[in-house]
Amino acid sequence: MTGIITIVVLVLAVITALQLMRVFELSTKARKEVEYEVTDRDNNYQGWLMLLFGIAMIVSLFWMLYAWLPVTLPKPSSEHGVAIDSLFKISMWVIIAMFLLVQPVLFYFAWRYRGAKDRKAAYYEHNNRLEFIWTIVPAIILAVLIIFGMTTWSNVMSPKNEKEPIIVEVYAQQFKWIIRYAGEDNKLGYANVRLIKDANVVGVDTLDLLSADDKVTSEIHLPVGRPVLFRFRSQDVIHSAYMPHFRAQMNCVPGMTTQFQFTPSVTTADIRQDANVQAKVARINSLRTEKGLESYAYDYLLLCNKVCGSAHYNMQMNIVVESEEEYAKWLAEQKTIAETL
Amino acid sequence: MADHAHAHDSAHGEGHDHDEHPVDNFWTKYVFSTDHKMIAKQFLITGMFMGLIGVFMSMLFRLQLAWPGESFPILETFLGKWAPDGVLDPNMYLALVTIHGTIMVFFVLTAGLSGTFSNLLIPLQIGARDMASGFLNMISYWLFFASSVVMLTSLFVETGPASGGWTVYPPLSALPQAMPGSGAGMTLWLVSMTLFVGGSLIGSLNYIVTVINLRTKGMTMTRLPLTIWAFLVTAILGVLSFPVLLSAALLLIFDRSMGTSFYLSDIMVAGELLSNQGGSPILYEHLFWFLGHPEVYIILLPALGITSEVIATNSRKPIFGYRAMIGSILAIAFLSFIVWGHHMFVTGMNPFLGSVFTFTTLLIAIPSAVKAFNYITTLWKGNIQFTPAMLFSIALVSTFVAGGLTGIILGDSALDINVHDTYFVVAHFHIVMGLSAIFGMFAGVYHWFPKMYGRMMNKTMGYLHFWISFVTAYGVFFPMHFTGLAGLPRRYYSSAEFPIFDELHDINVIITFFAIGGGIAQLIFIFNFFYSMWRGPKAPQNPWRSNTLEWTAPVEHMHGNWPGAIPEVQRWPYDYSKPGYDEDFVPQDVPIKEGEHAH
Repeated sequence: MTGIITIVVLVLAVITALQLMRVFELSTKARKEVEYEVTDRDNNYQGWLMLLFGIAMIVSLFWMLYAWLPVTLPKPSSEHGVAIDSLFKISMWVIIAMFLLVQPVLFYFAWRYRGAKDRKAAYYEHNNRLEFIWTIVPAIILAVLIIFGMTTWSNVMSPKNEKEPIIVEVYAQQFKWIIRYAGEDNKLGYANVRLIKDANVVGVDTLDLLSADDKVTSEIHLPVGRPVLFRFRSQDVIHSAYMPHFRAQMNCVPGMTTQFQFTPSVTTADIRQDANVQAKVARINSLRTEKGLESYAYDYLLLCNKVCGSAHYNMQMNIVVESEEEYAKWLAEQKTIAETL
Repeated sequence: MADHAHAHDSAHGEGHDHDEHPVDNFWTKYVFSTDHKMIAKQFLITGMFMGLIGVFMSMLFRLQLAWPGESFPILETFLGKWAPDGVLDPNMYLALVTIHGTIMVFFVLTAGLSGTFSNLLIPLQIGARDMASGFLNMISYWLFFASSVVMLTSLFVETGPASGGWTVYPPLSALPQAMPGSGAGMTLWLVSMTLFVGGSLIGSLNYIVTVINLRTKGMTMTRLPLTIWAFLVTAILGVLSFPVLLSAALLLIFDRSMGTSFYLSDIMVAGELLSNQGGSPILYEHLFWFLGHPEVYIILLPALGITSEVIATNSRKPIFGYRAMIGSILAIAFLSFIVWGHHMFVTGMNPFLGSVFTFTTLLIAIPSAVKAFNYITTLWKGNIQFTPAMLFSIALVSTFVAGGLTGIILGDSALDINVHDTYFVVAHFHIVMGLSAIFGMFAGVYHWFPKMYGRMMNKTMGYLHFWISFVTAYGVFFPMHFTGLAGLPRRYYSSAEFPIFDELHDINVIITFFAIGGGIAQLIFIFNFFYSMWRGPKAPQNPWRSNTLEWTAPVEHMHGNWPGAIPEVQRWPYDYSKPGYDEDFVPQDVPIKEGEHAH
């Protein structure tokens, strides 16, 4: 029944549109205008609309910055994250400046030079000097950004370590994360999916002596101020270990090991005291109370950021950053492979 | 074939006799036509049809993204078992996202855009009787058609269409155990893309040969309209990059069906240990993006070419910096082949390569900036005629700048770490590539509709369509920058599992409202298109008072394009408002006057 009604409504809508078109055509004919020809009146209207759009665009840009910047990620909680964020800010200033330079000019010109019967356009083919300027100026700005970017990138990807990094394996599978700490020797034992059996969920080679002290856990705890070298593996498809609060991300690729290192710089307890974070949590909790959901405490996250299947959207784990002592205490409570297998 | 060889011979000759063309019947005129103008229309209609499906899909999944888990009867109406009780299934969500991307990128903005306007304009603007090979041209369309049919068929298979994202990275796309969409749906996706690449290659070769060989007398390379330059370079990009996608797809087919291990190694999926060893998914990513990045410019360059033509014509001014425009097209095309790694900064690729790709990627901003500035300078001191095509072209410049600028963030490896695969990326590429290209395509349709159908489109409906589209387009994609900077990953079925994303709910609702409004507004265009095709006022010879050769051809279509000799080209195509002429345009076939400064 609904189907028939829908079809009837659609047919009526098309008929109405056709009738409206006829009225429209007749009225155009009565005014002795050729519909498709652009008149001075059209140019005037459209020119003003262009100007209006340009203004509205700039206003809404500022409105969005005002309203939505607070929902973006809070300050970085890793050492390299500070460098990334400052590069981000510089790039963003360049972008916003260029946006505010080019867009208004575009819409202003559209309005200013809107056509009229008695206007004649200038015959202006090219100007080598002008073109040279707007080739060379972007080139200089980009050269600066490129150098900045490449330096930051190489500092992030090949950090110089004063302390030995803690080695942590992040193991991905549809649709959860498993963590393996390297234990006393800080060396991960060999592992391969072919060795997965029963309780040996990440396929550790128990004959490899390095693996005996490894600890498989279902939580990530990290000590503040110590570099952590993550090694990523995947059991089935590509996943991506995304830790946005630390400005860290690396894909987990089946058949190979990838890695990423960073130094957490703010503990979970401390970030919860941050004014911006508290404001954020208050806003979120007021939304959650409205919907009758349980209240939320801020946590660092590890989430999957490469489509991996039906439950991709819910492949997550909290990350706890704590003091060296708390971390040592927590780790001591975890069982080694030798004890579990 | 014979009459095409003949058409070529006579291209520079006089007194061409057209009676020798065989009389067309329905099948040879409308279906298996070898006439480039009819093939262009076939590409356009097929592309529009696919576009409607693609846009409609995005409206369906936007409902889920704004109100996750809520029931919408319309979802069950269209998706049946994939939306039990009106709640979208997560697998179907991924399928919709995947097929939306595939359709929009390949079927609408590659075949629909390039296929339509390269076919329509190359012979008409360079002064040729038809494409170098009308027969291959027809094959190119029918391969595209077959590929569209296969792609649409894949929507109806039991396990659902391909759902691993439009990039179909293995192992997800290689293993039916990993997700239902990697079963029969994925097989059909690969078959469809194989056909598509075949059609696209044949088309591109034809375009290149035609532009190089069949230009009329006087049509030197520096007198070519910028549309033709854009189509030529696009075709070259296609010929060089699509075969790589074909090989990537073939290797994936081998991995899926014949037990090879090009992309697979050490995998245990759904409790089953696979025997594959030694392959690497990264290899697929390299192959895919070696096409994938030039593909962005395969989509964008024709739109920029169309815009160059439309902006010059309707500003009644020469395009500013003609040679710089050609140079920037060539520079962008060259660079587009050495930047693919910027899609792979966090895949585990050697970090040194990250630096290299950052360097080459950010360089693209330079020729892009030149193009944007040149467009704006073309408007300066113009006498702007706001046809719907002109409005869409100005909108293209706006989106090209707005979307291009955020590329400075994404192309920078250090910054990409944190925004990779978030909504920031979705915002960036939809604005710079999606919107710019679709606006260019609309500009092309409004501008050349009289050339295609001999009738004029309705201007008022065009204005309405433009303003709703322009406002809603920004309304959809601009806010996504902020959800991206909040860390929201793309391709998430729901953000409700993460309390930290609760704040983004309002933004998602706003985006969905704009998306639905913008989607529905396209019906105005569809109505205008078909209404004008049958009922629109008859088009005059040269409705936009344009200089290029296609407007010297008769309004009524005919084989061979011109009844007599092909006009001889005497000047470049941008002599608008030239001093010394009463009219504000001087067509390309008007001889240079004595003492007149030729370009």
